[in-house]
Amino acid sequence: MAATDQDVESLEGIGDGYKYGFHDEEKPVIKVDRGLNEGIIRQISAHKSEPAWMLEFRLKAYEIFLKKPMPEWGSDLGEIDFANIFYYLKPAEENARSWDDVPEDIKNTFERLGIPQAERKFLAGVGAQYESEVVYHSLQQDLADQGVIFLDTDQALREHPELFREYWATVIPANDNKFAALNSAVWSGGSFIYIPKGIKLDLPLQAYFRINAQNMGQFERTLIIVDEGAYVHYVEGCTAPTYSSDSLHSAVVEIVVKKGGRCRYTTIQNWSNNVYNLVTKRAIAEQDATMEWVDGNLGSKITMKYPAVILKGEGAHGEVLSIAFAGKGQHQDAGGKITHMAPRTSSVITSKSISKDGGRSSYRGLLRVNPGAVGSRSKVVCDALILDEHSRSDTYPYINVGEPNVDIGHEATVSKIGEEQLYYLMSRGLPEAEASAMIVAGFVEPITKELPLEYAVEMNRLIQLQMEGSVG
Amino acid sequence: MADLVIRNLHAKIVDSDKEILRGIDLEVSRGETHAIMGPNGSGKSTLSHVLMGHPGYEVTDGEVLFHGDDLLTMAPDERSRAGLFLCFQYPYAVPGVTVANFLRTAINAHRGKGDPIRIPEFRTRMEAAMKLLDVDRKMSSRYLNDGFSGGEKKRLEILQLAMLKPSLAVLDETDSGLDIDALKIVAHGVNAHIGDEMGAIVITHYQRILDYITPSHVHVLIEGRIARSGGAELAKELERAGYADIAASVEA
Repeated sequence: MAATDQDVESLEGIGDGYKYGFHDEEKPVIKVDRGLNEGIIRQISAHKSEPAWMLEFRLKAYEIFLKKPMPEWGSDLGEIDFANIFYYLKPAEENARSWDDVPEDIKNTFERLGIPQAERKFLAGVGAQYESEVVYHSLQQDLADQGVIFLDTDQALREHPELFREYWATVIPANDNKFAALNSAVWSGGSFIYIPKGIKLDLPLQAYFRINAQNMGQFERTLIIVDEGAYVHYVEGCTAPTYSSDSLHSAVVEIVVKKGGRCRYTTIQNWSNNVYNLVTKRAIAEQDATMEWVDGNLGSKITMKYPAVILKGEGAHGEVLSIAFAGKGQHQDAGGKITHMAPRTSSVITSKSISKDGGRSSYRGLLRVNPGAVGSRSKVVCDALILDEHSRSDTYPYINVGEPNVDIGHEATVSKIGEEQLYYLMSRGLPEAEASAMIVAGFVEPITKELPLEYAVEMNRLIQLQMEGSVG
Repeated sequence: MADLVIRNLHAKIVDSDKEILRGIDLEVSRGETHAIMGPNGSGKSTLSHVLMGHPGYEVTDGEVLFHGDDLLTMAPDERSRAGLFLCFQYPYAVPGVTVANFLRTAINAHRGKGDPIRIPEFRTRMEAAMKLLDVDRKMSSRYLNDGFSGGEKKRLEILQLAMLKPSLAVLDETDSGLDIDALKIVAHGVNAHIGDEMGAIVITHYQRILDYITPSHVHVLIEGRIARSGGAELAKELERAGYADIAASVEA
């Protein structure tokens, strides 16, 4: 079979180390017209047979979206053409419970991405979203029997309306920012998780997000509630085909961790270099609760993402571990936000960024300590590694402390990959690319060592691929 | 032909005009130990880095043949895989990379694609080398030279030598910063490898290390040239008389 133009287009960038740039032929069940207006929103809501309050919520959010100006800080978002995006595409009739029921093309794509294999080996549950809808979902039966809920968000709205409404948009209201408003207006898919009191999951739950169509907008919405003393590790991964025109991914993730509970949320973001990734993530940690964001940003054209923790209850702990890798044509504007609202709360932000081949990475962080948060402690460490003179790194650490009785530390370093470090490793027989990759892997090791082995391996492999693209 | 043949080697620091090496001639073969002695600033360390391919130096004249191949056109990693080893005076730290991971990667780079060393074999070899050099086994899980004492760094350099088995080792002031016990252990490690399979260039300011590693040849480097060559007895003479007489004879 002869290669089509689209095939050729989708192969661009693969030589640069991106292995996920392939795409399937589109066979949508429903695809709305390009662009956004009230009619499209009504169409989405009607198709999902949503309750009236949700349609109202969407329409109100759309108004906010129209009114809010584009952010004037961070990356240049001027090239986003909201009128050129497809806001809803349903790829399959059903959200399957068995991979056998997932349409062949889509199933093959997820096989290539290794999702069913990972599910068999080390996951407690899996969600797989393709375009706007979750096409596959599973949860180990014994967890379901203990009351764990792991559903796609649309389904949760239908099956657990009260629990859903109690928490929905309580952490990130629609008017939080322009892209949270956009997500609120057109959201579809995502994960809904409830972990009952005292239940600790040994294995992670994972969701995988795949964009396939050109000029697609993906707006999943995730809501996680970890009840008292419970624990969950949720992992998300994402990829997309490489196209010459842009796609938009704008998610909202809200998390509530109740007294003594713990939630770890790990992201390995590997969108192709034509995806704008503009995501709002925020968690509320109640008394003695722990929230940890492990945020790896390797892909996308532009990412703006600052996972946040509001330390609301006494003794709560928040952590953000952020890795950003900006290669050719990429700007990773990442970081974290922590608000200390209660006494004896503690937080750590660790950011490691790597820039190469003209890429730009920025650390943007906000640390706020409210009056009364006595005895709180916080430590912010951000290290940047710049691999060549065309690349750039910036640090924007905002610290706002309204309580005198606290312990705050901030350290920042920027280093270039040492010519002499490289020489030393090469003098032991390592070719230049391998030596650079080793230095970079060592640089991010404080974060990769926090990941489960499978993800640490994956993260190192992705870094290796990025590095191979830069040398030779 | 000797394993290493240096002819009329001239070199300078990149972006500077001053020549540091001003016409070195030297031949080294397996089984030989050449001590290169000289005062500070005579070009000893420059010679070691020019041989290894440090990007901060530029060769302006002369040639170096290693097993008959043009060494100067090779990248440092190619020189290493061809059998050259430099024991650094100041080894660099690579945080986040464990000693074991680094050693295994280096060994695999030498073995070539498709033939990685099996983990049990690697462990056995590493532990044997650690025993020889009286190195704590816990060092294998520490980050490469990160927070190492001067003595630990030097031992790790010799440990790498022991595992990579070069045909020619250049030891750049390996004795500096070592107490006498550490020096003995390091010298023992080097002596275990000098022989039919390896030649060595031992660069040193003092003759101290030569009490433990007996040179077959001694060269005195003054202002970028070999001013005098002799046998082991020359080192003893230098210890008594210092470099001043030889330096004066060069100027004369």
